[in-house]
Amino acid sequence: MLAKRIIPCLDVKEGRVVKGVSFVNLRDAGDPVEVARLYNDEGADEICFLDITASYEKRSILIDVVRNTAEQVFMPLTVGGGVGTLDDIRILLNAGADKVSINTAAVQNPEFVREASERFGSQCIVVAIDAKRVSPSSDNPPPLGTKLNSAPEKGGEKVGGIRWEVYIHGGRTPTDIDAVQWAKKMEEYSAGELLLTSMDKDGTRDGYDIDLTCTVSEEVSIPVIASGGAGTLGHLYEGLTAGKADAVLAASIFHYREYTIKEAKEYLKARGICVRI
Amino acid sequence: MGLIAIIDYGMGNLRSVEKAFERVGHNAFIARSPAEVSKASHVVLPGVGGFPECMKNLTATGMIDAVYKSIESGKQFLGICLGLQLLFSESEEFGLHKGLNILQGRVVRFRLGKGFKVPHMGWNQINIKKDIPLLKGIPDNSFVYFVHSYYAAPSDSSIISTLSDYGGEFTSSVYKDNIFACQFHPEKSQDIGLRILKNFGDIG
Repeated sequence: MLAKRIIPCLDVKEGRVVKGVSFVNLRDAGDPVEVARLYNDEGADEICFLDITASYEKRSILIDVVRNTAEQVFMPLTVGGGVGTLDDIRILLNAGADKVSINTAAVQNPEFVREASERFGSQCIVVAIDAKRVSPSSDNPPPLGTKLNSAPEKGGEKVGGIRWEVYIHGGRTPTDIDAVQWAKKMEEYSAGELLLTSMDKDGTRDGYDIDLTCTVSEEVSIPVIASGGAGTLGHLYEGLTAGKADAVLAASIFHYREYTIKEAKEYLKARGICVRI
Repeated sequence: MGLIAIIDYGMGNLRSVEKAFERVGHNAFIARSPAEVSKASHVVLPGVGGFPECMKNLTATGMIDAVYKSIESGKQFLGICLGLQLLFSESEEFGLHKGLNILQGRVVRFRLGKGFKVPHMGWNQINIKKDIPLLKGIPDNSFVYFVHSYYAAPSDSSIISTLSDYGGEFTSSVYKDNIFACQFHPEKSQDIGLRILKNFGDIG
């Protein structure tokens, strides 16, 4: 049986882990290679690096990080952040990344996703979607976590009148694109997988946006990774069950050593989720 | 000790396969010409991307003959992912295309009901059907890493060495004479995968 995947994510800036904390077992908790190796040893199913280096000149540092990680870790590695050209993808794959995630560039030119999939295979093309709730009336936004009584409408644009808008440029720029429609379009353009981040939930640690995750997951037939908001192991469970996600991505709960990957998997397994232990 | 050639025919990064062999203490190199392949005792055919594109590149680089010769001469041969699919008669990816026809059967797309995502991506279990040297020390139902939308349906079911389940059983590896081929990626499958690669290099 196909296991649900647990994917720790590291934000990397100029070759260093952002918000590096003191890991007991690591010499240098700011070194993404060391952190990746620790997650590997704990049984993570994949690892994700999100490069948030602002300066283009310094982005080559990331390539070295990817190369060094790939030398030591025998599991899939996804790298995202600033991927805008076929050449960017080629360089990352040659450095040892297994998948790249594309966000802003996909919105600016959807054909880029198709070209990338044709050239490198859809198995390595992840489209990252940053989605934010839009209320039917902006004067009266529905509070987060509101229980929705109605089932998703056919077509999936709305759940109980709620929709989500795609943001780009690291969440700074709204696009007026409906996130569910966008997810379907990216599937048509041969994306291999979707990394779906709720901007409302990201950083809150009060759980994934289950409505968003579930709606998108039901609308596409490619795998969906839930992201944004995981603060407890229960949230992971929720994302994989109610959210119908194929994988869950989390940063802080692993990063701050609240839980190890192993603990997360044991928790999920005890609740009947198929995980690889 | 054997020398392992990893066939480079312009389809993606082969470094991960090479370094995985290095990790388990085998002597592996990326072979960029048929002449280089001929030096090896063990040959690996990796592959990512589309089936027709891979066949085209195998032909264009002359590696297609290197594959046939390696197998005919009895070298230990390992196909990974698309490298398994290419060994078969034909594939229905992007229309019907001829394969190497070393193994008989067709490569077909997953046709699954709702709830089964394609590509089949992630960690799934292998149900061991044959006691073969490649799977020595591998517990039944071990998890390995897959990423694919097509799989091979061998005409001769006796070559099936492992089955996996994704909305029904499919062939996840085959074994015949000097050929072992797996749909999953041993180089991405942590300790289990490394053990398989070690076993491969240990044969012969």
